[in-house]
This record gives sequence, structure tokens and C-alpha cells, in this order.
Amino acid sequence: MIGLADCNNFYASCERVFNPKIKDKPVVVLSNNDGCVIARSNEAKALNIKMGQPAFKIKSILQKHKVHIFSTNFALYGDLSERVMNTLKSEINKVEVYSIDEAFLDFSDFSSFDRAMSIRKKVKQWTGIPISIGIAPTKTLAKVANHIAKKSTKEGVFFLRERDITRSLQHLAVEDIWGVGRRNAFKLKQYGVYTALDFTNINTEWLRRKFSINAVRLQKELKGERCYELELKKAKKKNICTSRSFGKETNNYNIIRQAVSNFANTCAVKLRNERSCCSKISVFLMTNRYKASAVQHFPHITLSFNTPTSDSFEIVSKANIALQTIYNNACIYKKAGVIVQSIVSKNEVQASLFDTIDRKKRNRLMCSIDKINMLMGRDKIRLAAQGFDRKWKLKQEKLSPCYTTRFSDILSVNI
Amino acid sequence: MTIKLLHKNKYLTFYSSTSSQVLNIPFYEGGVSAGFPSPAEDYMHSKLDLNDLLIDHPSATYYVRVNGDSMLGAGIQSGDLLVVDRSLEVIDNSIVVANINGEFTVKRIKKNKNKMFLVPENKKYKPIEVTEEMDFELFGVVAHVIHHFI
Repeated sequence: MIGLADCNNFYASCERVFNPKIKDKPVVVLSNNDGCVIARSNEAKALNIKMGQPAFKIKSILQKHKVHIFSTNFALYGDLSERVMNTLKSEINKVEVYSIDEAFLDFSDFSSFDRAMSIRKKVKQWTGIPISIGIAPTKTLAKVANHIAKKSTKEGVFFLRERDITRSLQHLAVEDIWGVGRRNAFKLKQYGVYTALDFTNINTEWLRRKFSINAVRLQKELKGERCYELELKKAKKKNICTSRSFGKETNNYNIIRQAVSNFANTCAVKLRNERSCCSKISVFLMTNRYKASAVQHFPHITLSFNTPTSDSFEIVSKANIALQTIYNNACIYKKAGVIVQSIVSKNEVQASLFDTIDRKKRNRLMCSIDKINMLMGRDKIRLAAQGFDRKWKLKQEKLSPCYTTRFSDILSVNI
Repeated sequence: MTIKLLHKNKYLTFYSSTSSQVLNIPFYEGGVSAGFPSPAEDYMHSKLDLNDLLIDHPSATYYVRVNGDSMLGAGIQSGDLLVVDRSLEVIDNSIVVANINGEFTVKRIKKNKNKMFLVPENKKYKPIEVTEEMDFELFGVVAHVIHHFI
């Protein structure tokens, strides 16, 4: 059997660990730049606040119900996530960390409701984070079981046995199946497929023709036939994206250039951490789509490298060339991003015949910079293009302290 | 790594580290340079790490800074840093971080028949009985206190 452990309203729960005053109160966490709702406590869900809703659109609800609002504090969430995962690993040999707040657990040795209950209790006690666990024969069904554990059990644990599959699927909407997505759900509904149970009854050949082999796999998984095993080794990323909204919308080229240079450098650092190189880079800009009166512009461009690289100089300067091409000073931009693609392992890089860069030397330089920045703090050594004033920096007006990662921020108690 | 007793007198005990594990051989990136090897090399131990002494369960350990004098008698002074281990079970006499009605506090737990008290270690303050009506939740057991002299 496979288990799926999922932290309940993870970001909101993280805020609550160190802030008992908000225990039973509605809590929301806003995305970068305090823009949209990206996490809600159950109390906030009950107020009909939706995921992804822009904060300014629900201002009156937030005020009326005294909703506690937080900016994203990824230092805190990342640390608590690691604690949750390590606690799970202390109980289960094979754990696939699937996302910041979810992990698949290998229950093949011994699975029982009681074992899941005791794991859940341990995670809550050790870390302060409440989790739900769904156990089922396949990953996809484990997702279903977790959904049920959260929605309709008191214990937060649901054990989905083979004989109960049909009953469990008949109440699950097709769009709530793991990996189906909104667009596919829309298409499926046009063919009269509304529930997960309907989905399992579709003719397999038809499903393959109309959708894909993945849809067929999904169907098998929902019937209890395992297609996806636990992935215990972290797969290398196919592309890496760094994008942010600006603290203040702007058409100032220098500010945007600084931001894009920083995003490009972050991508380069991430590549080097993975021992990878990229062959392509894309840069994009966005204006504020909610401002009907503003000139709208969503340009993007992709450029290639002759030799795959993870070198900050090359990646940042290419990003700058890309930005020059798409930037239009008549537009007020809200967001920019850099994506590096066609990622290959560093060992597989084929040297180009006309390469003018001494790669060995540059490699050593990058290693030294990374080491220094690791010891002294992020971006202590940086390219001039990254700048110092960081005017593009995002707004985080409701940021909670970094309780677990900064000594000056640790929980302070009056006794 | 284990801790070895070095010296003990009436008031103080000194420890040194001994390593029962295989030591990692230092790796010289630039190759080995000529000259005399250090005579200390064969006797090198891995350095003492306070984490080994103070943190048994890293995933369950949080730090808390305290303000106030209600726990002076237990050796907790204002400004001290507490190492709180959430994995430990609370027993009678444990010093805990808990929250009552939304406020954190640090007190000693005393159990008496069916009653539970949060007891300060300073005569200026009175024990608090934890009752059903209270919103009481345990945060964790205080495992160590770190006091700064400078």
C-alpha cells in the first residue's frame, strides 16, 4: 500500500505554530508581493475566500471578519517542511517528498490505520503541523484517500481498501482527480464524464485516442493497478523559472534590468546546485492585467547558447540582451521572469568548436563565488548588473518572523 | 562521537571529545605540498559540536527566548535562550513552554491527583491551575537553558 501524507493548510498552519492567538481564527497567506491568496485556514475557506483570489478584491471580507493576513515566509515554511519530512522519514523507510507539504509513504511492509494514526500524532507533536494521511493501493488512489481523510474524517486518516474503491470514486468530481486539470475536466464533462467513477468506466482505447497514454495510466491507477512507483531519487528539473512581481509597477528600464539580472543569476545558481547546464533562456514581462485602462503587454523571447552553460556572466548577459529586445517603455510592467530550459547534466556538455570562453577557469570562479556566498550570505558577491538598491523588491508588509532560521527572530515569551 | 571525562574537581567537570567513528581524512584540494607533516595530525579528533550535546531530536527542537523573572528559581533568567524539545513527554516536574488562552508562558508542571498546575519558580508569582475552561496547549518541554554572560 502507498500512503500520502499532506499537511493541512500548510502555510497557515506554519504561522499558527508560533502564534496561538490565531488558532481558531481565519488566516490567509498572500502570494509574493502580497497579491493573491495562496493559503487559507479552514475558517477562511468557510468565509468563501477562494484560492488565487487577488487580495484587493476581497478587502471588505478580510476586514469584516478580521482575517489574519500574512505575507509568504518561505524561510519558515521551508524549515518546517523539512522537519515534517524528516519526522516522516524517522517512521517510514521510503519517503518520496512530492512537494513542500506532501509526501508519498511506502507502506508495503505493514500498513494499518493505527500505524498511520501514530505517524500523524508524532508529526503533530514533534513539529506542530497537523497532517492527513490517505492509504491506498496506488499513488492516485492515495491522493483520493487523502482527500477523503481531510474532507470527511475526524481522525485525518483514511484507509482505502480495494473493495471500497467504487464507493469512494463515485463522489469525487473528475476535476479533483490527481493530474486531470481544469481543461481536461472540461473536455471530459462534454462527454458526460463527471465523476472519478465515470472516468474508470470509459473505454480505454477511446481514452487513448482522445487524450493520451497518461490518461490510460491514470485510469488503471484509479482501478487499483499500480503504474507509478515511489520516486526516491530527485529527478533533475526540466526547466527552472525565477519570476516575481515588482514591489511597485514600473516602466523604468534600469529597475527592470536589475530585477531580470537577479532572476537570471538565481537561475544560474540553481543550475550549478544541480550540476546542470542550460541551452536556452527565456525572459518575459507582464503588465497588470487587472488594470483595464493600462496598455497591456506580455512579451517573451527565447535565446540559445552555443554551449550549454551555468555561468552567471553568460546567463545574466544573455538575459539582458533578451530584455532589451522585448522591453517597451510605453508600458508599465508588474512582473518579470527568467526561465532556463533544455537542461542537460554538466557532464554531458559538448564543447563547441568556436567557444571563446576558458570554461575551466570560469568554472572555478563560479565555484568560489558560490562557496563565499554560502558562507557569508546570499549575493554577497554579485554581478554589477544585479545592483544594490533592489527597488524591484517585493512588498512583504505582513511578514511573520523567521522563527526557526534566524536567531534575532526566534519566538520570544514573557514569563 | 562520544564525550570523554577529562578532569573533575569539586565544582567543575571538564570534558574532551573522543571519536569512536572513522575520521574523515582531510582532503587537500591543491595537492600535497612538500615540507614536514604536522606531528598533531595523527591525534586529531573531530571538534566538539554543541549540537550533539544539546539537540537530541533536530526535527522537534525549537529555540525560545524568555523575558521575565518568574522562573528564576529554576535558573532561567530574563534574556536566556531555551532549547525546547517537542518530542519529549511531559512528566511531573517538567519545565514546559505552553500557551494558555493564546499567550505563551514557561512554567513547571506539577500534577496533584486530578489537578494540573503551572508553577512559577519565584515567590512573587502564584501557581496557575489548568482547568477545563482554559484554552491550554503544550508547546514543548524545556530541555536546556543557555545563559549569556557577555
